[in-house]
Amino acid sequence: MTLPETETQIISEFAMFDDWMDKYNYLIELGRTLPVIDEQYKTDQYLITGCQSKVWLHAALNDGKVVFTADSDAIITKGIVNLLIRVLSDQTPEEIMQARMEFIDRIGLQEHLSPTRSNGLSSMIKQMKLYATVFKMKGA
Amino acid sequence: MSFNIEKVRADFPILQQQIYKHPLIYFDNAASTQKPRQVIEAITWYYEHDNCNIHRGVHYLSVKATEAYEETREKIRAFINAKKSCEIIFTKGATESLNLVASSFGKRYIKPGDEVITSIMEHHSNFVPWQQMCLERGASLRILGINEKGEIDLDELKKLLNKKTRLIALTHISNVLGTINPVKEIVAIAHQHDVPVLLDGAQGVSHLPVDVQDLDCDFYCFSGHKMYAPMGTGVMYGKERYLEELPPYQLGGEMIKEVFTGRSTFNELPFKFEAGTPNVEGVAGLRAAVAYLQDLGMDNISSYEDDLLKYATEKMSAIGGIKFYGTSHHKASVISFLIGGTHPYDAGMIIDKLGIAVRTGHHCAMPLMDFLKIPGTVRASFAFYNTTEEIDQLVSAINKVKEMLL
Repeated sequence: MTLPETETQIISEFAMFDDWMDKYNYLIELGRTLPVIDEQYKTDQYLITGCQSKVWLHAALNDGKVVFTADSDAIITKGIVNLLIRVLSDQTPEEIMQARMEFIDRIGLQEHLSPTRSNGLSSMIKQMKLYATVFKMKGA
Repeated sequence: MSFNIEKVRADFPILQQQIYKHPLIYFDNAASTQKPRQVIEAITWYYEHDNCNIHRGVHYLSVKATEAYEETREKIRAFINAKKSCEIIFTKGATESLNLVASSFGKRYIKPGDEVITSIMEHHSNFVPWQQMCLERGASLRILGINEKGEIDLDELKKLLNKKTRLIALTHISNVLGTINPVKEIVAIAHQHDVPVLLDGAQGVSHLPVDVQDLDCDFYCFSGHKMYAPMGTGVMYGKERYLEELPPYQLGGEMIKEVFTGRSTFNELPFKFEAGTPNVEGVAGLRAAVAYLQDLGMDNISSYEDDLLKYATEKMSAIGGIKFYGTSHHKASVISFLIGGTHPYDAGMIIDKLGIAVRTGHHCAMPLMDFLKIPGTVRASFAFYNTTEEIDQLVSAINKVKEMLL
């Protein structure tokens, strides 16, 4: 699935929910199913520091595509991390670098991306794009 | 209840709003309190009638504004029962007050090998300034621990005190645990060793009647915004004999007596510590806040908040699965807790959506979080405008968190 296709799919999934509680319940469910990062990468080296919840992120290049794995100590954060990975993982570095991530606004989760939420998510997107940039430079 | 809660609530315009279609419930009072309209109106009045730079003009407005500013200093003196109004230094908050003392006290009294005692329950603002000052001056920071209830052990304090101890810097009330430290006893112990005591009163001054002469503390620092006054206001109280000896903290206008090209002499107290144009508007609001608190009566406030704390502790204990941090018998209306194994961030997000403002995280007390081995807590802190009905809403919200996360 292409990156825009995944975004469209997520937007239609969230269109089913008309209140915040259903949306949060779904995020919590997504958080529980997040493919957890390999324990060896759950170290400070892979830690994205938010003030309140921690996010660990690992990236590897596999056959020209970037594969992200991640984890968080907070379940709602983990649910959003799951969405970010669904959209950005297994895409080429160029696609990741160009991704505008508009689905976050469309599904009403932009508040979670505000740096003042201190949950590490805005830094996580930056970090994912930075990995993509580095992989592209190495490949070039 | 010794005051009319409906009337009190009507004084706070911000409390009348709805958020996410729920009436706002504000339980983040330990971070900052809301302002009664009397405070808001005092600021407006100041700009509409009195606005002027103080202390340096001979014209009508300048004299009027200066008089009002200096009258407020006297009101603050009376509020905490300091001996003299020159012992009241206006700052921009408890943080600045604490930095002022750490910097000036350090320069004047701290030599390599000296020791300063603080505790593990301190807010960063009463921890980092001492830590850094000690590092700069080759002194060491000794840290008092706490027991399982979140209390300081006075025997441990007695053991830490020695000939090298130069100061004890301690919070009056913990912003995380709610513990009211036995500060009067601590001051008495310290003074037996000729060691002065600084109290961080950021939480203390809004919850308890404070009498600095009765406590006999040497410094007492607090913020205006945590006591219903404007942001950017604060007070550093210090005993005159220390303030006379301490060097100035910031330099510039107002704090000088004479300036020559090669040297300067400094103004007398309290002006020596108030460089530059102060927050005159904020101080006008601070005066209104103090008047408001005195009108309600600090004893009434304290006993009403105690009732809220008891009610909340009882109701929250009945939920089951809640771990409380800070269970001292001497406690102010601050409840830190965790719900089952849930992360405070997750709990806070859900509670927020139900219209309740609580704080989550480390509450600017990372050494304490490390000591407790937790990432943070959820903290509900009550003020005199909160009600038992609002606490019932918090209990429902916690049940909702359990339902969604556990």
